[in-house]
Amino acid sequence: MGKLLIVADPASELPATLELVAAAHSLSNDSDIVAAIAGTTGVAAGDLPVSAVYVAEDERLGEPDSASFDAATDVLTAMVREIAPDVILCSRSDYTTVTAPRIAARLGSAFARDCTAVAHSDDGFMVTRPVYGGNADATYSLHGSAPPVIMIRPGSYDPAAADGTPELKSFDPAPHIRDTRSTLLRTVQEAREGVRLEDAEVVVSGGRGLGGPEPFAQLAELADLLGGAVGASRAACDAGWIDYSHQVGLTGKTVSPKLYLSFGISGASQHMAGCSSSRAIVAVNTDPDASIFKDARFGVVGDWSKVLPALVSALRDVS
Amino acid sequence: MRIAVCAKQVPDPDIPPSRFKLDSSGKSIDASAITPVVNGFDLNAIEAAVRIKESESGDTEITIISAGTDFALDVMKKALATGSDELVLVDDPDTNALDAAGTAKTLAAAIEKSGPFDLILCGRQASDWDQAHVPLMLAEHLDLPCITVAQRVEASDNTARIERVLADGFQEVEVSLPAVVTVSNELGEPRYPALRGIMMATRKQPTTYSLGDLGLDSDQLTPLVHLEGLEIPVSEGQAELIEGDDDSEKGRNLAIRLREEGLV
Repeated sequence: MGKLLIVADPASELPATLELVAAAHSLSNDSDIVAAIAGTTGVAAGDLPVSAVYVAEDERLGEPDSASFDAATDVLTAMVREIAPDVILCSRSDYTTVTAPRIAARLGSAFARDCTAVAHSDDGFMVTRPVYGGNADATYSLHGSAPPVIMIRPGSYDPAAADGTPELKSFDPAPHIRDTRSTLLRTVQEAREGVRLEDAEVVVSGGRGLGGPEPFAQLAELADLLGGAVGASRAACDAGWIDYSHQVGLTGKTVSPKLYLSFGISGASQHMAGCSSSRAIVAVNTDPDASIFKDARFGVVGDWSKVLPALVSALRDVS
Repeated sequence: MRIAVCAKQVPDPDIPPSRFKLDSSGKSIDASAITPVVNGFDLNAIEAAVRIKESESGDTEITIISAGTDFALDVMKKALATGSDELVLVDDPDTNALDAAGTAKTLAAAIEKSGPFDLILCGRQASDWDQAHVPLMLAEHLDLPCITVAQRVEASDNTARIERVLADGFQEVEVSLPAVVTVSNELGEPRYPALRGIMMATRKQPTTYSLGDLGLDSDQLTPLVHLEGLEIPVSEGQAELIEGDDDSEKGRNLAIRLREEGLV
């Protein structure tokens, strides 16, 4: 293989890009690895352990929104055409979820999303990705004359060391950016109390089994006591018991706390996809056959409305 | 205004994981034991369309479009029952071999044949293959803008205002129409159909096309992404169950155990 191209999300943290370098190394030891960045914020291009970083700067590639994603799609497609790699790797984010499939469509490339593993053989590229909400893993082979675009799920590879001295190459994006058809009117940041869910060391989560919105106040009490945050299953959010910003799962937030305490959650795969990397999961559920007991380290078969107050008062007595 | 909603029939994703099995080919799941449903996010997209229809003063017509085969006609028709007008099915066994790019091309052809449409709504992703990129590829084939993961969609003659979900809030975006918009569950639960709606939906007949009817031949649709195999991860773990005479004691014993392990 000649050349591997890493597309870095300009708004992402450096480790996400370094994971891509590790994935690229796993594909080939002797290939040229280069990176492309459309936009300037965030990624420390100077430290990437690749031979060259192509940087395209333009104010239309600024703040992440639908219009800048349109511009990034135009620019990255042009960059790929100039660089002419054998494969393109990116890390799953809001930015790549929008841009990468459109780049693949324009190039006529095979596209695979949210892959947990990628491999290369004489026949081409193979990827593995979770499907059916995490109930199964699918293996795909990627074909075609255009370079495949492969999106990696964050956390799938250990980041490479940021010890590179790449050649920085400037790419002029202006001739490639088409008129955008969308305008950002405003960005609304939700007010949040306490710890950010994604950063919390302890997450106290509730699901359909709670039966209504009121119990979430008790969950919040436990979360406060432990310095944690409150999460919820999609079913609880869809029922209107708690705001969607608390949703944990495949299409909600991904959390990896030290302790994930779940009450009335059955453990559907699409929920577990958002919390399975927690260090310890505790499940409280009345159904002894609930699948969450297979993923949990500690389980209580019982009624949350009895277990939770006793747990809270026992923890409070000592703390 | 004319709105197209792309909707897909999927195996009910809410089944317990234990009932999830592969068929003898090893490349697809055994759907015979699982009830087919309309993909949940696609129902959110239909709900978004119906809300626009209610708020628009002029005539709004909603067409539900699906590509697949072995349709459960009652399931697909029921999707019409909350206020949609027309069902278009690309019903062809060759759709089984399509990859996402081929599905996007097929939907684009069906949309062009049934259109023109002012707005094309899709669910943000489907609960079977969890891909989320068919709508973006569809937008490319139609040369339209695509706004993803909407929690609110308002449309008037030439523009739509969309609230796009972020991790900690949302962005409000204005886009010129026609456009493709993907809808997320943050939009809110889809309404239940009224009995009258169900009866009207039952009487409607879908417009059905084959891939050939849409002028698509196998050369244009050659998949670049081939499914080689499926595997169900085995979860053999079993939680350490906390015992106690009653549930309160179990709660107290859980506190003790968590403290022993240094988890609190």
